Amino acid sequence: MKTRVMVLASALVAMLGMSSIVSAEETMYVPIPSYRVGPYAAGGTGYFGGILDYYNLLNARGGIGGVKLIWSECETEYSVERGVECYKRLKDREGGAVFFDPLSVGISTALIETGRADKMPIIAVNHGKTAGQRGDIFPYYFMPGINTYDEHSIMVHYIGGLEGGMENLKGKKIAMLFHGSPYGREAIAFMDSMCEKHGCSHEAIEVPHPGNEQQSQWLKIRKSKPDYVLLRGWGVMNPVAMQTAKRMGFPVSRLIGNIWSNSDEDVIPAGGAANGYQAITTHPAGTDFKVVQDIIADVYGAGKGDLQDKSRLGSVYWNLGVLAGVVHTEALRIAQERFGNRALSSSETRWGFENLVLTAERIEELGATGLVPELNLNCMDHVGGHLAKFQQWDANARQWNIVSDWIEGDVELSQSIIDAGAEKYAADNNIEPRPCSADSNDDDFDL
Amino acid sequence: MAFFLEVLVGGLLSGVMYSLVAIGFVLIYKSSGVFNFAQGTMLLLAALTFVSMTERQVDFKIAFIITLVMMVVLGIIVERTVMRPLANQSLLSLFMATVGLNYFLEGLAQGVWDSAVHGLELGISNDPIFLIDEFPALGLDIIISQFDIAAAVIAGTMILGLTLFFQYTRTGLSLRAVSDDHMAAMAVGIPLNRIWAIVWAVTGVICLIAGLLWGDRVSVSFTLTAAVLKGLPVILIGGLTSIPGAIVGGLIIGASEKLGEIYLAELFGGQGIEHWWAYTTALIFLMIRPTGIFGEKQIERV
Repeated sequence: MKTRVMVLASALVAMLGMSSIVSAEETMYVPIPSYRVGPYAAGGTGYFGGILDYYNLLNARGGIGGVKLIWSECETEYSVERGVECYKRLKDREGGAVFFDPLSVGISTALIETGRADKMPIIAVNHGKTAGQRGDIFPYYFMPGINTYDEHSIMVHYIGGLEGGMENLKGKKIAMLFHGSPYGREAIAFMDSMCEKHGCSHEAIEVPHPGNEQQSQWLKIRKSKPDYVLLRGWGVMNPVAMQTAKRMGFPVSRLIGNIWSNSDEDVIPAGGAANGYQAITTHPAGTDFKVVQDIIADVYGAGKGDLQDKSRLGSVYWNLGVLAGVVHTEALRIAQERFGNRALSSSETRWGFENLVLTAERIEELGATGLVPELNLNCMDHVGGHLAKFQQWDANARQWNIVSDWIEGDVELSQSIIDAGAEKYAADNNIEPRPCSADSNDDDFDL
Repeated sequence: MAFFLEVLVGGLLSGVMYSLVAIGFVLIYKSSGVFNFAQGTMLLLAALTFVSMTERQVDFKIAFIITLVMMVVLGIIVERTVMRPLANQSLLSLFMATVGLNYFLEGLAQGVWDSAVHGLELGISNDPIFLIDEFPALGLDIIISQFDIAAAVIAGTMILGLTLFFQYTRTGLSLRAVSDDHMAAMAVGIPLNRIWAIVWAVTGVICLIAGLLWGDRVSVSFTLTAAVLKGLPVILIGGLTSIPGAIVGGLIIGASEKLGEIYLAELFGGQGIEHWWAYTTALIFLMIRPTGIFGEKQIERV
């Protein structure tokens, strides 16, 4: 009897000990403001699915510096009000979130000042309020990859290439069909400046949300007869643009898509109307990357994958989600190098994002060569990439083919507009720009 | 002038598509006095079910028949479980029931299938007709979408069929009696529940046809529910109780929103006015004819 009690007591102590170990296991909490229903669900499920699949891969390997990621989702339906509500509901959970990535210009812009007050990094991969590139004025706002101005200057440079040189843009007409939202409008003034610089004319044509009826807009295009149409769409607006272009007799090869009009989910629904469509991209589609193969084997093999439809593995949105997962977790890892392998605070994570450097060697170590571009963020540049390629859709083979090398944006023109916008924002909001040292790795702002 | 004609014709053809959506509202309203808030979601459910089956290699015709049966059964179930228990309740209660039905079906459609954007090709050509090439004698340099013409013909045929059905069949006569006065219709032996079931089933079929045409035109996704927003100003103009009204209303809205967007947008300081311009047009009509062009005037004894 005594032995049995001893055994039971030992077992209890062992269990308590184990549970204390389990509860002592450090975690970092990431809110996931996803959109899995509603008009933009195709983008939301792909992007957030890719992020969660990458997080699961890292957790299966022991986490980041031994610290695992935990998360909870909140449905925003791409609505600014819901996104802000999700932020307020989740930011203090599990000891506090480390950053917030809503995949929405509207939501991320609405949270710029709240993020500043809460010392919470607001992340907008490949998009966002462009003036936010200036980290001295927007310390908690990050847009890793390319910004809107990079994107559009690269698109204009690509058109210049198609025309045989930038000098041949003189006299050309470029129309921009844009989504009726803050995201869509972000590029209008820049495109005016870009065309002023290169002698082309620019016409911006708004498509009201959600963009499932575009006949009027394409009639305008037919009347003004532009040489090229830039598609700055999102969600269902993209396939409808291609279908309507076909109905109106506009050659789809002269319809050039932006970074949010470049996915499989945009072209497949358009069927044959999308054949020959070209779009900018920071990352290719496909599954021929070691990290993607690892996710398929270790995450989906273990039944923990996020996508219900496995045919979407390797799609542009999902791959962008994996890319975003790499960006998020590398920022955390870099912050841990500075602060130690432990759970981080949101302001410490901010330091990680601001000092995020992804070299070719590091990308190779991550198994993401060819998928993730090199990045180099610093205090004055919260974007850090500024490069993109172009891809063309082959409807018969149902695949994207890369058709250009890396093209750099017009940094000189972008910077002057970004500086003006950021400084005006600072003046309007009584923000004193913080000093950015030459080597921002020494910057200890707000820790 | 040629461009004006092109905008006008394009608008009129779009208008037929709007009429198709509006007719679903009219049928339910005529029979029960209820504005069916779930119309757009029924349209989404039908199109999503059809396209999801064809993507899984189900034959086109079989997928169509299965979806057709499903929509008819859905209509009957809605009548049995939602409308019938609320018979003789206030119209607001019935309307709120359709609001609930809308959100239920919205979740069901996306839960059973998914929330992705699906392409749907019915085999109708998407290439435009260049009138100057096809009919040089006209001297008009305009294009007309083959798809829009085909869709208008299909929609027009269905509208004509429905009009004849409800004008010349016993069921149609019963429906008209029910729409005039529920109590009087029941007093002369017209089975209200059976009429409601037929109307909801026919509405399900209309949703399928409209869903397929809209799905081919703009792809199948959650935003198909927004097609309903195009139907509302149509019934405001045409009247909630008239099928011919839905047709005329659709043509007016289609033409006015396209012409408004092209020629008047600048007056309002920008673009993207067509989604509210349609409602402005409807409001102007309502100020002149509060019951719509073909709506029935309500005269009550005091």
